[in-house]
Amino acid sequence: MCGIVGLFLKQPKLEPELGALLSEMLDIMCDRGPDSAGFAVYGAGTPGFVKLTLRGPAGTDFEALGAEIGHRVTPRDTHGVLSVPAAEEPAVRAALARLAPGLRVVGAGSRMELYKEVGLPADVAKRFKLEAMSGTHAIGHTRMATESAVTTDGAHPFSTGPDQCLVHNGSLSNHAGVRRLLAREGLPVATENDSEVAAAYLTYRMRGGDTLGEALTHSLDDLDGFYTFVVGTESGFGVLRDPIACKPAVMAETDDYVAFGSEYRALAGLPGIGNARVFEPEPAKVYFWDRAA
Amino acid sequence: MSLSIKPVAATGETVFDLAAQPLRELNCALHKLSADTNETFWRVLNPAGRHAVAAGLDAPVIVEIDGPVGYYCAGMNKQASVIVNGNAGVGVGENMMSGFIHVRGDASQSAGATAHGGLLVIDGNASARCGISMKGIDIVVKGSIGHMSAFMAQAGTLTVLGDAGEALGDSLYEAKLFVRGSVASLGADCIEKEMREEHRALLAAKLEAAGILGEVDISEFRRYGSARTLYHFHVDNVSSY
Repeated sequence: MCGIVGLFLKQPKLEPELGALLSEMLDIMCDRGPDSAGFAVYGAGTPGFVKLTLRGPAGTDFEALGAEIGHRVTPRDTHGVLSVPAAEEPAVRAALARLAPGLRVVGAGSRMELYKEVGLPADVAKRFKLEAMSGTHAIGHTRMATESAVTTDGAHPFSTGPDQCLVHNGSLSNHAGVRRLLAREGLPVATENDSEVAAAYLTYRMRGGDTLGEALTHSLDDLDGFYTFVVGTESGFGVLRDPIACKPAVMAETDDYVAFGSEYRALAGLPGIGNARVFEPEPAKVYFWDRAA
Repeated sequence: MSLSIKPVAATGETVFDLAAQPLRELNCALHKLSADTNETFWRVLNPAGRHAVAAGLDAPVIVEIDGPVGYYCAGMNKQASVIVNGNAGVGVGENMMSGFIHVRGDASQSAGATAHGGLLVIDGNASARCGISMKGIDIVVKGSIGHMSAFMAQAGTLTVLGDAGEALGDSLYEAKLFVRGSVASLGADCIEKEMREEHRALLAAKLEAAGILGEVDISEFRRYGSARTLYHFHVDNVSSY
């Protein structure tokens, strides 16, 4: 099992409530994945700047670290976020690796922030104060581990490219082969997790010029196994289920939002859900929404 | 709408609000009902997609649920009539033995799975694996059904006013399938069969039970069933065993 939630806003009016709405959805999906949880939120960005989400060992002093590298780091529990001019990103990453070798950059992009931890999803959301976050879209995951250990590294979402993230319910059977392909293509996968391979595969396709929709279409040919994926990019939100539709998925669409839940329960508290178009995404059919379009 | 079940005289309405009262209390109360109970009409409010609402009933009562339900709603049902004014999640009416379930929206996967008897009517669409391993239930879907429906279906009828997805009736035993619209593909050992008078009469009876006799043209339906080549031993296949 595992639980997925996602919310993509079409109108700005709900943006201040994005975190609160996702937090409630994530809470309800605790039953499907009590091991660990994570979420990516696409909030405000500054043109020309890159946001880096850092994860450090418990007790990491992000403010002191920020002072050392000359950029303010906003701490959120075990994570910290800093915004640096895009040109300085390689130098900042090098400095972080030198000064804090136990620290990982878990997400990078113009707008995405990414948080994940081991623990009950409701607690994880509270630790990071998800309910106070705002943004245009967000994706969350509650994990019941099957293919790799219960660690923070194994928690979703996985981000393998700027502003890109993926959450997965299911298990891939050919991830070792795809992992070798990606390594040859210069996209090493950091963890042993099969879902990170899927994330890196989409990054590989999009790096080669695919849109999110095209990358998802190609994954139908190249990824084997059971999956429901929900994917975020800087401006887009995509959903794909395997051709057998092994893993559950239900969606709701209104004039204000597109929402995804592993079960309807996760959507039941959304505003206007009573009048939403509620549907199950078809197997092997690519769904994506893009704000830029 | 005429139902195949006998109408139960409602002697009053017991209202249960799941926003305020635990689901387990509702199901416990429903399980305690005896065959001669006077509490014959139950209205359930705010189900909010909860699982196993009104599962395991065994009394001739009517339970009307106002809103969408989660997994296994009315599962294992005997005697009761369960009406869902909304969508139903995975496995609505799974393993039903008798009674009546009416989903006034869409149903998710595995609707009516393994059910032995009773009638399941779905006003909207049912997704994949509708009627999987059904063993005697009658299912009427007014919309379309998803892939792998009636997989290994053993007995009963599946009537679909819309279309059927891929691999309809794969490894089918003796269930009878009636589809008015298109069939994306037939599963292994499932074939189209001649629609004879007795099949038209059977289909008419199921449409009547679902309250839609006369609303659709029976001549538009096609019948599908088992070619019976998979489940009988055939000496030519001996080397496969």
